[in-house]
Amino acid sequence: MSTQHSRSAARLMISPSVILLLAWMIIPLSLTLYFSFLRYNLLMPGANPFVGFENYTYFLTDPAFFSALTNTLVLVGGVLIITIVGGVLLALLLDQPMWGQGIVRILVIAPFFVMPTVSALVWKNMFMNPVNGLFAYMAKFLGLQPFDFLAHAPLASIILIVSWQWLPFATLILLTAMQSLDSERMEAAEMDGAGPLARFFYMVVPHLSRAITVVILIQTIFLLSVFAEILVTTNGGPGTSSTNLTYLVYAQSLLNFDVGGGSAGGVVAIILANIVAIFLMRMIGKNLDA
Amino acid sequence: MTIRLSTLLGATALCAAAGIASAQDTTITIATVNNGDMIRMQGLTDDFKAKNPGIDVEWVTLEENVLRQRVTTDVATKGGQYDVMTIGTYEVPIWGKQGWLVSLNDLPESYDADDILPAIRGGLTVDGELYAAPFYGESSMVMYRTDLMEKAGLEMPDAPTWAFIKEAAAAMTDKDGEIYGICLRGKAGWGENMAFLTAMSNSYGARWFDENWQPQFDSDAWKATLTDYLDLMNNYGPPGSSSNGFNENLSLFQTGKCGMWIDATVAASFVTNPTDSSVADKVGFALAPDNGLGKRGNWLWAWSLGIPAGTQKEEAAKKFVEWATSKEYLALVAENEGWANVPPGTRQSLYDNAEYQKVPFAKMTLESINSADPTNPTVDPVPYTGVQFVAIPEFQGIATGVGQQFSAALAGQMSAEDALAAAQTMATREMTRAGYIK
Amino acid sequence: MARAVTTNRKITMTVIAWSIGFLIFFPILWTVLTSFKSEAEAIASPPSFVFFDWTIENYGIVMERSNYFRFFMNSVVISVGSTLIGLIIAVPAAWSMAFVPGKGTKNILMWMLSTKMLPPVGVLIPIYLIFKNVGLLDTRTGLVIVLTLINLPIIIWMLYTYFKEIPVDILEAARMDGASLRNEIIYVLTPMAVPGIASTMLLNIILAWNEAFWTLNLTAANAAPLTAFIASYSSPEGLFYAKLSAASTMAIAPILIMGWFSQKQLVRGLTFGAVK
Repeated sequence: MSTQHSRSAARLMISPSVILLLAWMIIPLSLTLYFSFLRYNLLMPGANPFVGFENYTYFLTDPAFFSALTNTLVLVGGVLIITIVGGVLLALLLDQPMWGQGIVRILVIAPFFVMPTVSALVWKNMFMNPVNGLFAYMAKFLGLQPFDFLAHAPLASIILIVSWQWLPFATLILLTAMQSLDSERMEAAEMDGAGPLARFFYMVVPHLSRAITVVILIQTIFLLSVFAEILVTTNGGPGTSSTNLTYLVYAQSLLNFDVGGGSAGGVVAIILANIVAIFLMRMIGKNLDA
Repeated sequence: MTIRLSTLLGATALCAAAGIASAQDTTITIATVNNGDMIRMQGLTDDFKAKNPGIDVEWVTLEENVLRQRVTTDVATKGGQYDVMTIGTYEVPIWGKQGWLVSLNDLPESYDADDILPAIRGGLTVDGELYAAPFYGESSMVMYRTDLMEKAGLEMPDAPTWAFIKEAAAAMTDKDGEIYGICLRGKAGWGENMAFLTAMSNSYGARWFDENWQPQFDSDAWKATLTDYLDLMNNYGPPGSSSNGFNENLSLFQTGKCGMWIDATVAASFVTNPTDSSVADKVGFALAPDNGLGKRGNWLWAWSLGIPAGTQKEEAAKKFVEWATSKEYLALVAENEGWANVPPGTRQSLYDNAEYQKVPFAKMTLESINSADPTNPTVDPVPYTGVQFVAIPEFQGIATGVGQQFSAALAGQMSAEDALAAAQTMATREMTRAGYIK
Repeated sequence: MARAVTTNRKITMTVIAWSIGFLIFFPILWTVLTSFKSEAEAIASPPSFVFFDWTIENYGIVMERSNYFRFFMNSVVISVGSTLIGLIIAVPAAWSMAFVPGKGTKNILMWMLSTKMLPPVGVLIPIYLIFKNVGLLDTRTGLVIVLTLINLPIIIWMLYTYFKEIPVDILEAARMDGASLRNEIIYVLTPMAVPGIASTMLLNIILAWNEAFWTLNLTAANAAPLTAFIASYSSPEGLFYAKLSAASTMAIAPILIMGWFSQKQLVRGLTFGAVK
């Protein structure tokens, strides 16, 4: 349908983006790849000899690596489940007739605008702190022992903080999708005697599947690299119980200043992220016929 | 600070990091920690500018961990973003050896470098060259609540033992009244829990490495250290102690929730400051505890100002370092904020000053500093220097990892034995990798 | 809805929705409230919600210590700058992918999104060295470049999904009428695309404003935005909840207010083609 003319124009129009992103990917990546084969510590300048796969061996046999891998998956999965289930419920609620819907929407959307560093600081100090935090106060008020969130449930606490930040995003997308649901069809189904649960599972959920896919795609991209929240709250600890891959690479390259090891970790993280990406893209491809 | 927006906007866009500075007006960029004394220094910038016309100062104030990461990256890659860096006694010897810092041996006579406390000065000198000027120095000591001690019917000796500390902690603890006998660092990090635990382990006769750089976490001395520490904290410590660092404990102590606190001597001025502390008039001081082995559990640290080699504003930077670490600066702070708020622990003349001697913690601070010996920190011989750290580049990484394990043990996620075994494995691995263990 | 809603049900829904909305918003509200307390009151037990001595002392301290206005301006320049440049690069790309799709279009799009998955820590040192060598450290230009690149995939994806919804028939009709490619863009597409572009812009300003890794690691004094401003209040000595709250409020207020005012536009574009 399109002419030769518009085809070449199209190619011309897309090329700046492709070239820039290619450069952004290839230049640092090739340097990272190169560094990953060197013994290169920032604090010990010198020859930086070639050491083959030594950095990779060290990174992959690090006892922290396996737990970082699981933590990453738990973190991404946990946040996705909470935000999607919570988002669907909230969207259902906000779709009901009520007074002041606009204001409620403003309240719900707010966490999305908060800097990750700020939200982590606020949650850590003013809510989860076991002595001066609001949760501790509530526990004491109810006659309970204050629970030390960041020490005893570090990963769950981080999941909670991150979910709080991403719930508005999921809610908004799902709400928009829900509002496009044909209300006459819904009413017809109701007339036919379909109960609210049946209507939800046979009409609402299928209608939302496309929106849910989008939420999963976009959030996963951001959740794989959650970093500030961990740095601020737990520093990956206690032990390695809240260290994700990004944080492990950070510890290697910016706490140990081991550029070689950190680069090897970076390459591993990139490979793993791409495996996740392939899965995602498959799923999206099916569900989101672009 | 005044807003000089127009100049800044122009300057930012054009001269950037290249450092194109005109002869008349030099702007130096100073990276510093957001600790109280540094914030005070920032507030006194005008005095520096008045004495050094033509030099303008830009501050980059960051939280300690962020700062350390930023300045280390910058100095190692010769990024040139800062002209003066706030660094500690851990960095100075390592960086000095690499030639990353400008020698300060040529500061003028009037600066009186010989007045700097020998223990502090020694830690900042490499091969006879002073590579950073101390802004404030600290050791660690016991800070305790005199009222609670009295109530418990005990009397704190000037030089307590660990056994006494335990006894006192037990007697002072009143969990229903939210009084915890002892507050100690538990947050993982080489400068947090490991600073305390390494210093404590010295007094238990433990060491990080033997003469062949073999890690020693499998020793009985380390086991005793960690077991006693966990015992103290689990029974008499505040909740959530595995995420408490210096600042968290300071807040706890200031709000009256700690009976004793063993931490940096510099905290003394905060806990006795009536505007911030609800217990200001009820604080006593004692040397850090020992076990009768000849070493006390106190550390030695100095936040210092260093100038990265290769800065194009070396002259101006030196002027600043000289100003901020001079006797005149101490007098200036005393005049504005009172003697108790003067940055402590750097100059003998301060401790000779009759006014300063009236400050309740002056004597104990000086004694603590003088009793620390970075060149000979442990009971058994070691191949390294540094009291609460080991001055090798690998230490940060290893100690942070070890600190994570000990913090996990404090949080109840693993036993002391497991934590020590994990620490031993980790340290051996890293030391082998770095080529210390052949 | 065609059917009358009972008032009772409406009341119930209103109460539930307001309570949940309040709960979600509470951490922000609490931060703002705390910023007006004294340090002692900030950790007082029991905590007070409204009945405390309101003070703006904390804001005074923060303003005195940090040049807030400069951090703020840097945040504005960096987030708006990177978004605008990103749009200039992305609009043609998204347009061509949406209207002249080829075989590889989908793959290119997916590849672009996958570049977003590179963990930034893995490439910090290379980027730092490159920036140092070309003199981009601590410059707004440098940050604009980095943030443009990291958000470009999202911008392209959003615009693409939005453009896809523009009916092709209109284009065909315009072509029949002999409109040139340029006229097609200017007169037919632009008016329909503007809302999508606007919401893309808003979302990206938010993402760039809140980006805390690159902005913190590549700046010192001159180009440091509000993310660096917060880093100097995160855990100072002594009591700090009130000051931290004041600094936090100052860091998030501009973007929060912008977000609220533009939420209709934002929401419209946030769907990423999720709604058909």
